[in-house]
Amino acid sequence: MQKELNGGNAFTEEVLAKYPPKVARKRRKAMVVNNPDLSQEIQANVRTIPGIITQRGCTYAGCKGVVLGPTRDIVNITHGPIGCGFYSWLTRRNQTMPATEKDSNYMTYCFSTDMQDSNIVFGGEKLLRQAIQEAYDIFHPRAIAIFSTCPVGLIGDDIHAVAKEMKEKFGDCNVFGFSCEGYKGVSQSAGHHIANNQLFRHLVGNDDTPPEGDFVVNLLGEYNIGGDAFVLEALLERCGITLNATFSGNSTVSQFERSHTADLNMIMCHRSINYVAEMMEEKFGIPWIKVNFIGVEATAKSLRKIGEYFGDEKLKARIEEVIAEETEGFEEIITPIRGRNEGKLAMLFVGGSRAHHYQDLFREIGMKTVAAGYEFAHRDDYEGREVLPDIRIDADSRNIEELKVEADPERYRPRKSAEDLAVLREQGFRFKDYDGMMPEMEAGSMVIDDISHFEMEKAIEYFRPSIFCAGIKEKYAVQKMGVPLKQLHSYDYGGPYAGFSGAINFYREIDRMINSRVWQLIGAPWEKNPSLRAAYHTHTED
Amino acid sequence: MLLRHTAANLAERKALTINPAKTCQPIGAMYAALGVHGCLPHSHGSQGCCAYHRSTLTRHYKEPIMASTSSFTEGASVFGGQANLLQALNTIFTVYDPDIVAVHTTCLSETIGDDLAQIVRKAFDDGKIPEGKKVIHASTPSYVGSHVTGFSNMVAGIVKAFAEDTEEKVNQINVIPGWVEPPDMREIKRLLKEMRVPSVLFPDTSDVLDAPQSGTHQFYPAGGTTREELVSTGSSFMTFGLGSFASESGASELKKQCRVPYELLDLPIGIRATDRFLFRVSEMTGHQVPESISAERGRAVDIITDMQQYLAGKRVAVFGDPDQLIALTGFLVDLDMKPVHIVSGTPGKAFRKRIAGILGDESANVHNGQRADMFLLHQLIKQEPVDLLIGNTYGKYIARDEDIPFVRMGFPILDRIGHSYFPTVGYSGAMRILEKMLGAIMDREDRDAPEEQFELVM
Repeated sequence: MQKELNGGNAFTEEVLAKYPPKVARKRRKAMVVNNPDLSQEIQANVRTIPGIITQRGCTYAGCKGVVLGPTRDIVNITHGPIGCGFYSWLTRRNQTMPATEKDSNYMTYCFSTDMQDSNIVFGGEKLLRQAIQEAYDIFHPRAIAIFSTCPVGLIGDDIHAVAKEMKEKFGDCNVFGFSCEGYKGVSQSAGHHIANNQLFRHLVGNDDTPPEGDFVVNLLGEYNIGGDAFVLEALLERCGITLNATFSGNSTVSQFERSHTADLNMIMCHRSINYVAEMMEEKFGIPWIKVNFIGVEATAKSLRKIGEYFGDEKLKARIEEVIAEETEGFEEIITPIRGRNEGKLAMLFVGGSRAHHYQDLFREIGMKTVAAGYEFAHRDDYEGREVLPDIRIDADSRNIEELKVEADPERYRPRKSAEDLAVLREQGFRFKDYDGMMPEMEAGSMVIDDISHFEMEKAIEYFRPSIFCAGIKEKYAVQKMGVPLKQLHSYDYGGPYAGFSGAINFYREIDRMINSRVWQLIGAPWEKNPSLRAAYHTHTED
Repeated sequence: MLLRHTAANLAERKALTINPAKTCQPIGAMYAALGVHGCLPHSHGSQGCCAYHRSTLTRHYKEPIMASTSSFTEGASVFGGQANLLQALNTIFTVYDPDIVAVHTTCLSETIGDDLAQIVRKAFDDGKIPEGKKVIHASTPSYVGSHVTGFSNMVAGIVKAFAEDTEEKVNQINVIPGWVEPPDMREIKRLLKEMRVPSVLFPDTSDVLDAPQSGTHQFYPAGGTTREELVSTGSSFMTFGLGSFASESGASELKKQCRVPYELLDLPIGIRATDRFLFRVSEMTGHQVPESISAERGRAVDIITDMQQYLAGKRVAVFGDPDQLIALTGFLVDLDMKPVHIVSGTPGKAFRKRIAGILGDESANVHNGQRADMFLLHQLIKQEPVDLLIGNTYGKYIARDEDIPFVRMGFPILDRIGHSYFPTVGYSGAMRILEKMLGAIMDREDRDAPEEQFELVM
């Protein structure tokens, strides 16, 4: 173990030596050789240094792309030049399943005001108003959302005033805006926060009708990439748990509007959605817990947590039945896969939760995470929520609105009595808590926030992992180095990977990628063994 | 239905674009800059722009797309992006060591009025640009034109930065190939080589965006027009600009800067457009078109002769970029096919004029510019159905809903391979287009044929 710790330090020094001194000083704080016995601080959620080739995108991407992207019955209009709307059009693989052919589904559409230079000079509000009117006239949607791109904020268009005006004008269509200009914040993360705020402000709580069924929960931070949400919907249903709303995979406006009637919020992606959970707790009294449905053990553990929370013996028994059924035959599947991959190394650099959650899947097939980090997470996602009070609010975070939320005078309802909560806590049940990635990673592994392209290539050269997990921008550079790259944003157009059946998909996928014969084809035989002798000497005439 | 809300009746729209048939300028600038050897494209704006462009180009090519960003924050947006760009250049030259950095603007840096020429000058004066390295730039506001405009602006930027006016001419011609794929650039170079015409082609993304799997990542791949070649373009006899939308500004900049005359031709897509290109090159250079190329032409024409019955009269909808559509429409007409809906999001009146000239007496719905989008195209198809749809990957949603045979051509293609390896220009490109169209049309005939009419030989 000591050797590995040194390995990490030597790696860090080698990387930093390449940077200009100022850059090296900043990057040093974002690179930690993990030691779960110590409380180590990592720099996160700070500006990327200009010129560094980063994985990160922008606030618009976090808001319109990530959180609102999977909503199917909202007409999401990008207010700006054409690019932002175009690039976020169907590229995140959010799947959705309208109940019938007649139900709305706008996810296959891209709506934009396609601003021109005259709008930049004279303002774009008139254009926006007209675009909203046309969207209403053509589609008659339940809701229209507006997303500001960079120039909109600069020229000062008041999208919220336009939204309010149009909402009042229509009467039967909710219209609201998101000031998610790309330059805000330091990454997609600010966009998540802005999305949370506006969903909470404009949709949550609009409909007090609870769903039918027992054990009503919401699933937050699950975006139905590759059908993950479908797996979880079916799994919860089999357990007899009523899924009220998902933020926001396979979601509808109605789900958001009644989400405050649930009795428990379960958070998958802590980074992107914890704000809404916090606000729902403060306003409506819904407790939240962190869950993880990635990996067989994690899925079973999360289901059992729900059982314990509701404290219903029949539910608990049903959950055990489902776990037993789902994991039957599991060892026969996993044993040969583990045999081929035991001890191999993985690296995960992605997102705000997947780089943590997916480590469980690798662990289950005997693989070791030698380095990991997030693209846009905050310190609490690395170190755990106990560091929240210590996180310095810098200028980039301060410009993201924090909603002031108070208990709703009529609708605030504690879901558990103080005594019940005390009992649960005593049994080790933890509310609104997340330990983060670092405590669960082995000593000596590298943790790097907002990894740069240079650091990534160096890490691959240094540790030679068997697989690297990241996104599309990294994929082919890494594969050119002879290392398979699994995309954990888009799943390489595969999946689902959530739940029990999803875990098996993932094991098989990783096994295929690592052990593919293609890696043996790299390099022609004459490049590997140049031939010096020839049977015949043929002459070339030029 | 995937596009279940699209109805046949045309709704008048003045402000809402739905399912665009274009994207924004900076991605074109990034693509053009990748065609310069040892060059790192740099996006002067928010991180998201660079991330989106890299992602889209990566999905299209399934290749690494290396590019950096000024990573604007709110502060930079208020106070200007000079500090960010200066710092970026320092970081880039230290860490990624390119020979050239090609900076393009975004709607953000354009709106706040950053002056790239001034910032780059300051970088030079402050010693931020190492000896022998070069920073070039182009203004590419996203709210003007389209991705094609951005390509064209960066090509002009390349000329401005490198082309040198010399008294002595170099025995060569310049070819600006337009926004075509790496194999198209390679094919144009091959044809010129077969004709023994000395030439410089720029930008050139062959051997950049089709790099071999070698077990190592070449940050700056083997391909790309070299700096020396770019410098020499100012001394060439003349320039051929292929496709006026993508190539005119570069060609005219060369004329302005270095007195190199130019001629604009259509992209050599299809038989006649390729004929015109080769014939004109031959006329201007005195080099004969060799028999080997005539034989290629003959093979392409032979396919058309043999398979004419499956093409004639077929109604086609095409969408994409103007230079491609102009040449392709001409090819379709030569094949006795009927282009009935032609849509491009890229603005410019010249487009409709050119298409009208090609169609002659035939009528078609021709739309381009703002709100000439795929929603409109889909509505037109619902009103007047077609036998074939040709366009980028987004067309698959229309093709599926309307059950139309679909051929992928254009940018971006996100769900198939081939476009980065096999050309669509030249006679071999014509053969490829024919094979693809015939494959789609004939597969459909096979699928739809009643059992008793299912044909073995076609």
